[in-house]
Amino acid sequence: MSPTPSALELRNLSVAYREAPVLQGVSWRAPQSGLTAIVGPNGAGKSTLLKAALELVPRLSGEVRFFGQELRQARRRIGYLPQRASVDWDFPATVLQVASMGRYPRVGWFLPLPRAERERARAALAEVGMADFAGRQIGQLSGGQQQRVFLARALALEADLYLMDEPFAGVDAATERAIIDVLHRLGRDGRAVIAVHHDLATAPQYFEHVCLLNREVVAAGPMEAVFTPENLSRTYGGRLSMLDEAALRPSSPLRQPLRAVP
Amino acid sequence: MTLFLQLDFAALSAAVLACLACGLLGNLLLLTRQSLLGDAISHSVLPGLVMGFIVTGTRATLPMVLGAMAAAVIAALLISLIRRLARLEAGAAMGVVFSGMFALGIVLIEVSGARAVDLDVDCVLYGQLEALIWPAATGFSSLWDPAALADMPQETRTLAGVLALTLAGLALLWKELRLAAFDPDFAASIGFAPRGLSLVVLVLVSVACVAAFWAVGSILVIAALVAPAAIARLLTDSYRGQFLISAAAAVAMGAGGYGAAIAVPALLGLDHGLNAAGMMAVVAGFLLVLAWAFGPYGRSRRVAMA
Repeated sequence: MSPTPSALELRNLSVAYREAPVLQGVSWRAPQSGLTAIVGPNGAGKSTLLKAALELVPRLSGEVRFFGQELRQARRRIGYLPQRASVDWDFPATVLQVASMGRYPRVGWFLPLPRAERERARAALAEVGMADFAGRQIGQLSGGQQQRVFLARALALEADLYLMDEPFAGVDAATERAIIDVLHRLGRDGRAVIAVHHDLATAPQYFEHVCLLNREVVAAGPMEAVFTPENLSRTYGGRLSMLDEAALRPSSPLRQPLRAVP
Repeated sequence: MTLFLQLDFAALSAAVLACLACGLLGNLLLLTRQSLLGDAISHSVLPGLVMGFIVTGTRATLPMVLGAMAAAVIAALLISLIRRLARLEAGAAMGVVFSGMFALGIVLIEVSGARAVDLDVDCVLYGQLEALIWPAATGFSSLWDPAALADMPQETRTLAGVLALTLAGLALLWKELRLAAFDPDFAASIGFAPRGLSLVVLVLVSVACVAAFWAVGSILVIAALVAPAAIARLLTDSYRGQFLISAAAAVAMGAGGYGAAIAVPALLGLDHGLNAAGMMAVVAGFLLVLAWAFGPYGRSRRVAMA
């Protein structure tokens, strides 16, 4: 038992959809804070890992601890950012209404949202540059703007650990920049962020730690030590594209070390 | 005026109350793409109605309503069980459950001899709205006279109770239901169990279906669940607006349909009355076409976007 418990610890986690195994005996201790990427090929079980940890999909076996506690005790410290495509954006709701959902745990059941909580949600929107869109219907936003609203909702939770499912999927460059700024601020504040990430070129720039996953953990640890061509080809089984390999060469301009954001 | 209160008021109220309760709950089904669930439930209650009749041997309302509600809840649970265990798409699970339970109801009617004792098919399909009368009414004062109100047909009083229950449920769980309808995974991750909430919706829909079914028949139940929500969806993009407009559409549908059933035959010189439940569905369809043609999110938006 370490003095500072891991933000997320998985012990022998296995998940199957119907008969097909998705995750097999995954054991992993995520760092206590900082930014961690979960990287792996399509169908590697990256999203499933997050969902199984949050008990959104049933697990066959294994244990999950958040900060050394069961999910039930730690729920208030966890923020989940689902994939943007997992909801119907035609739903009649405003940007502020969606962001306010991040304050529901503070409000509790049955009660309407107090004005102060709504203002906290508005502040979270401001943090991702969406304050001017508060009254807008969510269906009228671009994909990147929708992703920012989801991020604002997660920020409104004020969690210590964020589990993010592809936060950069299908967003414009400005949004990608805005999201990474927010992630870095969370990291500086001592929060933990675990994000499913599919872009090998940007992974070493954005994240400090990495978990290479393909149904089981291939390797995990600090980015420089783990994010090697050997480990990646073990993870992807030789399915890396030329472009991705180029990005991984030590001389590549894409492999600059993580720079502190002013 | 007294004649109106005696002959039409109870039926008109039942129609409006049924449309309101179903129409408001229909929003939650429409927004989670489960509109067919109403159809499934209104068919699935049949074996429960028959069992209530068989067990007690009378056509007393209470046991049959209890049986129907039990059947509706069983159907709703079966549907969600099949969806999760067999990982079937919702429509398929509903199709299996409601056709199976409806068939079971028909078999029960045949083998129990209930058919002989006027559990007749017309009543199940169209309801018995025209039979709802309020002979105790003597004038407007009867509307706030407890003794006279107690003499209202039980169907109307039950529907008033169901509407009150629906409004209470919606008010109490307003933000929770919106959260679970929009993003069930996020809801679960912050401890607002979406499965429990959808069960609450199912039970409310079942109760509303059974109460409305009794008064206005299974055809109107499905129209009342789907049409007001669909009309509102074409007219607004706001969550509160969705419920307010669907409520207005439900009242228009209930009152308009009932009025049309009386007025249209007179205008056309027909010598037979029109079925009120059927006319309500017609009015709802007419409103839907208007909303599509002139509403900001109907035809005109598509033209604007093209």
